[in-house]
Amino acid sequence: MMKRETMDKPDRSTRRRFLKLTAGAAVLGAAPRAKATPAMMAAAIRDVTGAAAVRTGKVRLDVPPLVENGNTVSMTVSVTSPMTAEDHVRSIHVFVEKNPQPNVGNFVLGPRAGRAQISTRIRLADTQKVVAIARLSDGSFWSASVDVVVTLAACTEEVI
Amino acid sequence: MAAALINVPKKAKRGDVIEIKTLMSHIMETGFRHTATGELVPRDIITSFTCRYNGEEIFRADLFPAISANPFIAFFTTATESGTFEFSWIGDRGFSETASASIIVE
Repeated sequence: MMKRETMDKPDRSTRRRFLKLTAGAAVLGAAPRAKATPAMMAAAIRDVTGAAAVRTGKVRLDVPPLVENGNTVSMTVSVTSPMTAEDHVRSIHVFVEKNPQPNVGNFVLGPRAGRAQISTRIRLADTQKVVAIARLSDGSFWSASVDVVVTLAACTEEVI
Repeated sequence: MAAALINVPKKAKRGDVIEIKTLMSHIMETGFRHTATGELVPRDIITSFTCRYNGEEIFRADLFPAISANPFIAFFTTATESGTFEFSWIGDRGFSETASASIIVE
């Protein structure tokens, strides 16, 4: 009996070690999942705005604060603007902090739109901040942001 | 493939601001997902949407993988004259679809 136990022990420890190693490998294998960072979002915003200052206001971003399914999140962006030839919204840009890519969409409008408002459905891969930026005809940029809590994240699941 | 759903009012008064809603059937594969064996599923998305009103471009959108499958896009325009709206979606792997809708402006 004694002998058996001593023989068992090294076996167990290697098995345990093996399990630990494989578990570690599984974690490592799953780890390299692309994810943007707030810095990447800032860079993507700078690509649109250049050196111009982005002020808060004028833009209204409607997105639910608590989302159950990140695969389809209704989003509406509206901008307070008279939408005349002299004073209108040129484009609306939407960004997120923690999706694999910070860009969500660019929407180009003009004075003919009559109302500066767009709606679409977006994917959110994590609980994060959504930012909408509007470029006005005078060259100024205005923004609004909303923090959204996501319970089921988008685009991270495996394809079967 | 009748993959597009378009919602444009049939009639409008001149100068009315009307809402246009569009939906295009498309998988919008992000290019960030993996199969169970670890292979990356290549990106397959619609990258661009445009709307023309009697030939003039009135709305354009650049789409990214963060747009949900079957992209829904709604926007506004001013009804100026009777005519047609032409919609076009362009995407990866040579995806190209068009649709149109007519409006009577009184």
